[in-house]
Amino acid sequence: MQLQRVHPPAVLRRLAGALLLLWLVLTLTFALIRLAPGDPATFLVPPSATPADAARLRAELGLDDALVVQYARWAMRLLHGDLGESFSLHQPVARALRDALPVSIGLGAVSLALTFLIGVPIGMLQAVRRGGKLDTSLTVVTTLAYAAPSFWLALALVAVFTYGAASWGLPPPLRLPAFGLRAPGLELHGAAAFADLVRHAVLPVTILTVVGAAGIARYARSSIADVLGQDFVRSAWAKGARSPRVYFRHVLATVLPALVVLFALSLPGLVAGSIFVEAVFAWPGMGRLMVNAIVARDYPLVMGAAAVYATIVLLANLAGDLALPLVDPRRRA
Amino acid sequence: MTAVRTSRRDSRIVALSTGLLIVLAAAVIFVPLLSSQDPIAIGDVLALRLLPPLTRDQTGAFHLLGTDRFGRDLFVRMMLAGRISLAVGIVGSLFAGAVGTAVGAVSAWVGGITDRALMALSDALLALPRLVLLLVCAALWKPGVLTVVLVLVLTGWMGVARLVRAELLGIKTRPFVDAATALGASSRRVLWRHALPNSLGPAIVATTLGVGNAILLESGLSFLGLGIQPPRPSWGNMIAGGRDLIVVAPWVAVAPGLALIATVLACTLLGDAMRDRLAGETGATLRERA
Repeated sequence: MQLQRVHPPAVLRRLAGALLLLWLVLTLTFALIRLAPGDPATFLVPPSATPADAARLRAELGLDDALVVQYARWAMRLLHGDLGESFSLHQPVARALRDALPVSIGLGAVSLALTFLIGVPIGMLQAVRRGGKLDTSLTVVTTLAYAAPSFWLALALVAVFTYGAASWGLPPPLRLPAFGLRAPGLELHGAAAFADLVRHAVLPVTILTVVGAAGIARYARSSIADVLGQDFVRSAWAKGARSPRVYFRHVLATVLPALVVLFALSLPGLVAGSIFVEAVFAWPGMGRLMVNAIVARDYPLVMGAAAVYATIVLLANLAGDLALPLVDPRRRA
Repeated sequence: MTAVRTSRRDSRIVALSTGLLIVLAAAVIFVPLLSSQDPIAIGDVLALRLLPPLTRDQTGAFHLLGTDRFGRDLFVRMMLAGRISLAVGIVGSLFAGAVGTAVGAVSAWVGGITDRALMALSDALLALPRLVLLLVCAALWKPGVLTVVLVLVLTGWMGVARLVRAELLGIKTRPFVDAATALGASSRRVLWRHALPNSLGPAIVATTLGVGNAILLESGLSFLGLGIQPPRPSWGNMIAGGRDLIVVAPWVAVAPGLALIATVLACTLLGDAMRDRLAGETGATLRERA
């Protein structure tokens, strides 16, 4: 890795690069979807429809035109900010995404914050007590959580905290809902509505946090252990610095750039986790939207969802690149 | 002292996880072959369904892990599923590793516009989360074993390609490459005989770690109904099948989940140990790359 200067022109160049990449991703998705077999019209017409009906629908949706024409039309619309009409939901793709996105971003942001707040201290604790009993048992726990599929953990938690809690007579705070975003059939306002949302969010957030924190802790442990063995840490101890000062001022400051990079890199994993978690808990977020769109071969919706995912990842990478000089003086001009 | 202790613990972990994988491989091959139970056909559903683990049904057949909702023996079914999960995971990540190595080698050795195009492609594919890409691809083709393997390869080669490319770019400047060229070896021979063998360490580690990941992804796809299709069992679709039985018959979903965790754990530990060993040999270069 070489030193790099980040100043406005460089930022712009980065941004331009990211936009180009985004366009490439979208074109790739377009090509992938259109080259695949399977006719969306057959999914959309009722079973009683004749082949003529399907043909009419294909013509109406513009699926009969040459691929190049379809691509050009799609690209022109996209440049005007029009993502098209969803085949299966019969509403604009933009509106479907706008409804789903806050749910997933909320779930993801809370989980990501908790992941780092829990994962980094655990990794640090392990690195400091390296080789001890605490380190060994935490390694076992984090490696197990890292290996466990999130959808299976989700089912296990539902079994314990929804069904188990009810039949074992656990106190009400431990009886947690298994499905959805809010209690059905209740008109709640203000604090009560918020409390209801929190109750519904506990299990999904827990799953994403446990799986994510396990990965972060594994990474933080090895990078912090590397730093602990270096000369400047020994010098700090030798000068008589107290432990908090050594750990925060010297060790954590050194691994911070790596953690910032990790923050950007952990986003795709979080997206993957949230797709399963949304599937198990029936959360009306991006993951469920995407899976349903794929099953229904809803091309515009799949494209729109893929565009959103790619944008999030590219933005996270960009933010990581730009934040690096802030936490790493060596990267400053 | 600590180094000795750590390396002894490491080799115990390696022995343990290799042992586990060998036992598992043997079990998934031989259990379905030798068992009298049919893991796919559905028999007397009402008499056999949802028997708890360690019971004997009225025909006298013993069910180690009980039966599922159609009365099929869960243990035999799980072993048959293990065949598919293991094969898909291993073959998928091996081919992904091979494709990645080839792309990385071409990219580094040819350079120029080829390099730029291949790296732009890999950047674009990396910009989509792997599961999203996997879902798009899996939904486009007819679901099945072959599709899952193909999709795992298509979405899994980029990491290895970048590793091999970076490694080869470093090796290109080393004296032994110049020496081989000076001795009259063709560019292809230098790559094949001298440069590539020296660049494979990180790629092998990444591929090993990829096996566990591939098995998890396969089970996830099958859980969502986009991977291996029932009645053919896979750990993922078995968990999906036990989803609404989690209260009545928890063993249906628990058993395949534990098998999945044990397998992925063994693969991860093995990959970790390999990485540590490689880091011990060339610690400095690895740290630079990270």
